[in-house]
Amino acid sequence: MLVDVASLSIAFPTPQGPLPAVREVSFALGAEKLGIVGESGSGKSLTARAILRLLPPNALLTAERLRFDGIDVLHAREAALRAIRGRGAGLILQDPKFSLNPVMTAGGQIAEAWAAHHKGTRRQARQAALDLLRQVQIRDPARVAAAYPHELSGGMGQRVMIAMMLAPGPRLLIADEPTSALDATVQAEILRLVQDLVSRRGMALILISHDLALVSHFCDRVLVMYAGRIVEELKAAELARARHPYTRGLLDCLPSLTHPRPRLPVMVSDPAWLA
Amino acid sequence: MIEIENLEVRFRDLHAVRGVSFAAPRGSSFGIVGESGSGKSTILRAYAGLITDWTGTMRLAGSPLARRRERAFFRRVQMVFQDPYGSLHPRQTVDRALSEPLLVHGIGEIEARVLRALAEVALPTSVRFRYPHQLSGGQRQRVAIARALMAEPEVLLLDEPTSALDVSVQAEVLNLLADLRERRRLTYVMVSHNLAVVAHLCDTIGVMLEGEMVEQITAADLRAGRAAHPHTAALRALSTELEEA
Repeated sequence: MLVDVASLSIAFPTPQGPLPAVREVSFALGAEKLGIVGESGSGKSLTARAILRLLPPNALLTAERLRFDGIDVLHAREAALRAIRGRGAGLILQDPKFSLNPVMTAGGQIAEAWAAHHKGTRRQARQAALDLLRQVQIRDPARVAAAYPHELSGGMGQRVMIAMMLAPGPRLLIADEPTSALDATVQAEILRLVQDLVSRRGMALILISHDLALVSHFCDRVLVMYAGRIVEELKAAELARARHPYTRGLLDCLPSLTHPRPRLPVMVSDPAWLA
Repeated sequence: MIEIENLEVRFRDLHAVRGVSFAAPRGSSFGIVGESGSGKSTILRAYAGLITDWTGTMRLAGSPLARRRERAFFRRVQMVFQDPYGSLHPRQTVDRALSEPLLVHGIGEIEARVLRALAEVALPTSVRFRYPHQLSGGQRQRVAIARALMAEPEVLLLDEPTSALDVSVQAEVLNLLADLRERRRLTYVMVSHNLAVVAHLCDTIGVMLEGEMVEQITAADLRAGRAAHPHTAALRALSTELEEA
């Protein structure tokens, strides 16, 4: 098992006492593609970040088990965590505009990521960066390597981000809303690229999104989160057979191009979902 | 109600809008879709008077719009932006945000109108003295819509009004917009990158590509797949691909 999580809870201190954000979440992940879906505040990003222990400093993290590749993340020291972050698992964030260093060239950033986890000369690092850019299907790697983030389009920036995350050769890729800031045509390209890289390199993938249809299209298995809990787990192919009213609600309330309705059904949340 | 003919907008060396024409009769909704940088929001901003450097003809209820809009224009035409967190003043209460348009336009009965506006967008009166950060995203967008309605406009310009919202909240806001249009006989021009959202609310849709409106298509034709331009067909395919998955 690459990731093994049991009874993971995350809370934040408030003057009124700890406010739970993730409640008793358990799941395991092998070499597969797992989707985590939920609306804002459902705890989907926190759950994935807990695997790397990348949480805000005031977060209260408890778990029965939180293991990545055999390492006890819950009790690991910073040095051990640094080995997981990057080499063990790479994290792709939503908007490359905010996650790339604006005053460093794309190639320089990828080379830096490579050099942090490999022994080699600068020349080798630069060569590795060009090779990685080619792997994310950039036609003119030399030009992109020399460009600064503001000179790249959103889709190109996200490819650079992915190349950077691939540099240390991780076993798991966590993509947190990787395409929400991109146009629909670019979105499909980027997700196909991620899917292709994941299967070619035998990596595991955790894809976090608010878009249930999108996630089920690109993953094997989907966890649906609501208010910090996993309310339903589905095989992606069986999305239509979702049983939980929240999952059904998420599917129903989308306007559809092929099945128009004069009014959209509105979700009425049931306090029982919190139980 | 709204007529645009041969609209051209240039930003230095960027030709952002190239000869766009369309019309939206009273009570109808015209949707504009396209990818980022296609010029869709620029059209809306030019019509709203936020961009002054344009050529062509734009009319409101038959009368041409001057480069500098008259005060009455801003009473008749209002705009709702994508992110209500960015468009509401963070240090003003909901009450202040809603009464300001009334003061600007010299409309009386402020108290009663604010309460009526809150009821109309289905917000509880308890939010009246709260600040934007104390509201949820959906509540904030309701406040932004209520504020746009305060001066009793005839036209609402909607720039990605639901893109920053969760899907369950998006459904509520789309229903609200449909109700308001019916109740007040409003005319909408709505910009979005989401084809399904635009087709849900609008009868006619203009597709933008690199500053040009390459096709105008009815929602029914779009649903049936009768697109004439390949870009429309491509956008439709991307939208239905995921739906049918």
